[in-house]
Amino acid sequence: MTLMETAKEKWSGAVGTVVLGADAAAGGTRKSVVTLGGASTLPFLKFDGQTPHRPAVAMEVWDSAPEDWPAPLATALGDLVKSPVEWARTCVEKFGADLICLRLTSTHPDLANTSPQKAAETVKAVLKAISVPLIVWGCDQPDKDNQVLPVCSQAAAGERCLFGTVTEDNYKTLAVSCLADGHCLIGLSPIDINIAKQVNVLVTEMGFPLDRLVMYQTTGALGYGLEYTYSIQERGRLAALGGDRLMAVPVICMVGQEAWRTREARATEEELPGWGSEKERGLNWEIATAAALLQAGSDILVLRHPAAVAAIKTSIGQLMS
Amino acid sequence: MALKALDIFKLLPKTNCKKCGTPTCLAFAMKLAQKQAKLDDCPDVSAEAKALLAGAAAPPIRLVTVGTGDRKLEIGNETVMFRHDESFYHQAGIGVIVPDTLTGQELTERLAQVKALAFVRVGTRIGAGLVAVENASGRADTFVTAVQAARKVGLPLVLMAADAAVVKAALAAGCAAERPLIYAASEGNWEGMAQLAKEHNCPLAVTGADLDAVAALARKVRQAGAEELILDLGVGSLARNLEALTAARRLALKRKADGVGYPSMVCCRDADPAQNLIACCSYAAKYAGIVLTPLRAPEQILPMLTIGQNIYADPRKPIQVEAKVYSVGAVTPQSPLLVTTNFSLTYYTVESEVEASRVPAYIGVLDTEGTSVLTAFASDKLTAEKVVTLLRSEAVTKAVSHQKVIIPGYIAAMSGELLEASGWEIMVGPREASGIPKYLKTVWQGA
Ligand code: SF4
Repeated sequence: MTLMETAKEKWSGAVGTVVLGADAAAGGTRKSVVTLGGASTLPFLKFDGQTPHRPAVAMEVWDSAPEDWPAPLATALGDLVKSPVEWARTCVEKFGADLICLRLTSTHPDLANTSPQKAAETVKAVLKAISVPLIVWGCDQPDKDNQVLPVCSQAAAGERCLFGTVTEDNYKTLAVSCLADGHCLIGLSPIDINIAKQVNVLVTEMGFPLDRLVMYQTTGALGYGLEYTYSIQERGRLAALGGDRLMAVPVICMVGQEAWRTREARATEEELPGWGSEKERGLNWEIATAAALLQAGSDILVLRHPAAVAAIKTSIGQLMS
Repeated sequence: MALKALDIFKLLPKTNCKKCGTPTCLAFAMKLAQKQAKLDDCPDVSAEAKALLAGAAAPPIRLVTVGTGDRKLEIGNETVMFRHDESFYHQAGIGVIVPDTLTGQELTERLAQVKALAFVRVGTRIGAGLVAVENASGRADTFVTAVQAARKVGLPLVLMAADAAVVKAALAAGCAAERPLIYAASEGNWEGMAQLAKEHNCPLAVTGADLDAVAALARKVRQAGAEELILDLGVGSLARNLEALTAARRLALKRKADGVGYPSMVCCRDADPAQNLIACCSYAAKYAGIVLTPLRAPEQILPMLTIGQNIYADPRKPIQVEAKVYSVGAVTPQSPLLVTTNFSLTYYTVESEVEASRVPAYIGVLDTEGTSVLTAFASDKLTAEKVVTLLRSEAVTKAVSHQKVIIPGYIAAMSGELLEASGWEIMVGPREASGIPKYLKTVWQGA
């Protein structure tokens, strides 16, 4: 027996599988779908088990142009950010995103307070512009999300989108809509494995199928709590491999959002002398955060910079080989 | 492996002669179990007991030291597969590869670049851990010249050469006493390399085509007398290397396999800088004790170092920052004052948001025993009394001339009590730190 064979663990469970997007056969209009999860090993260990589906790379698209993204990121996207439709289309066709994460930031009451109907139109327009599955993310203001997301859910009925987010305190409204319209759901928890599981319990108790759930356990950027996310994800993967079905739910990470908030991504060379090129620093921060979280067991990485998408997709290809 | 005091006691002479400075053999055994004494302190212990105790006390993954003095790199001695099981202890040393084909000014500049790779993050000094001189020229004299120059960087050295004679020349030129890592013993050269490692008491890396070959060579080299070994698990692609790193760790900790009880390393050669960065970060997260790379720009090395800082942070400690008044940006007495807790994740999130807002501000940090705002509030560790004490403290009165304080949205319920007790204007900030930039730019209208 080789040492690699000796090292093999006997796992009794696997991560559950979730299919995002519905093609014509499934009643939708997606040309390609994304299958998440299914791993019966710690991340990418061939000697230990199967990794049937590669982690997916999503790109963030906002329904209104972000105002305070750092220059290196803003420059890479240019005028695309002015049109969610063009932005989304380019992410798929040019940058190679496996799916799009549309964030309805403008619906926030403190911002443009966009109406549910208008948000739903954006969702429809983006769906029409892209052939891949869509994530629809609210503005994280629970009351407004409860008004906006059900309307969007209905507008996208049958497309098997991934809607987010629901929490321990606020899950019923969105779960009912997504159940009726055939979508998947993201359960949000604050870096706490027990709450993550509790959200899954609550949502499935409503009759929502487990194979349409994804967990967002809150992402910490490199240097800003990455280790908490890393350990929660490792523990979650171990629980799944140990046969805990309620924790065997794929995981989504908001890498771009967190990485581009950091000082390393934002500070100028004058502010951080000796810390290297401002142009590359944020990009590398996003890439490094994604690389680490892939090793902890992420199933969807949501990124922002096109070059980060290219680099991480290449690396995932290597990890899967 | 921690031996119990009673097991150790059984192996001692049981004469209670006190030569070890302890009244009884049992007391001495207890000290040994707690690592407060060394077995050598008992002059009468039998050779057989010594061997037994040494074997049982040997850690499953040997501690290996590269270099000497303050800047020495210690790796190994790890005890768990997952950081949440206990903690990881010795984070990967990141080493920059410098080819000996560089000469003169070019070499000087390259080494200066490596030396400059030092940063203070989160109050901790981090930096490149090694400088690795590679014998790309194939010549001994150029190698020796480059190594002599690299010694001046002040970091532990790696001597990268396939020919033992070339390594020997560099060691003889003076660096032997600095305990460089010899890289590396292979099937073709191991006798010469093991001999050098033994003679100069230097750590030695061991290579091979796969994990079995590396472990087999490690056993041979050990028999030849080289003791401090590092397994080079750069056995192929990113995926294969990560598999080997995990397997070696698991075999050492859980299967007690022979020849794998050493720290590991990978030399990362990807020509594409982004792929190289990803690989280095992945190895640093997944068990590597040393990662060598040709990358050398600060924005490339910093993320690798930060991964180590994060993954090797002790998860058993709620990490705290000092409870005091911090300033972000070019503050004036008119700058806003925000209040938060001393849980480091909370603090650094607030700090990075304040930073992102570009509004200079003070952050008053309360001692909540390292808990977040919500937890602290729920468990009475964040009370109005504590906030008032902070507002009245000299640190605050010296810093700001106004009487307005921004409290986290989650403790809005405290506003009335705070106003009454302090007389300050209580401004309720956002619940989540991500709302801070907008809050400071719109709601905060100046003092
Ligand atoms: S020196 Fe050895 S024999 Fe004497 S008391 Fe100490 S442990 Fe016992």
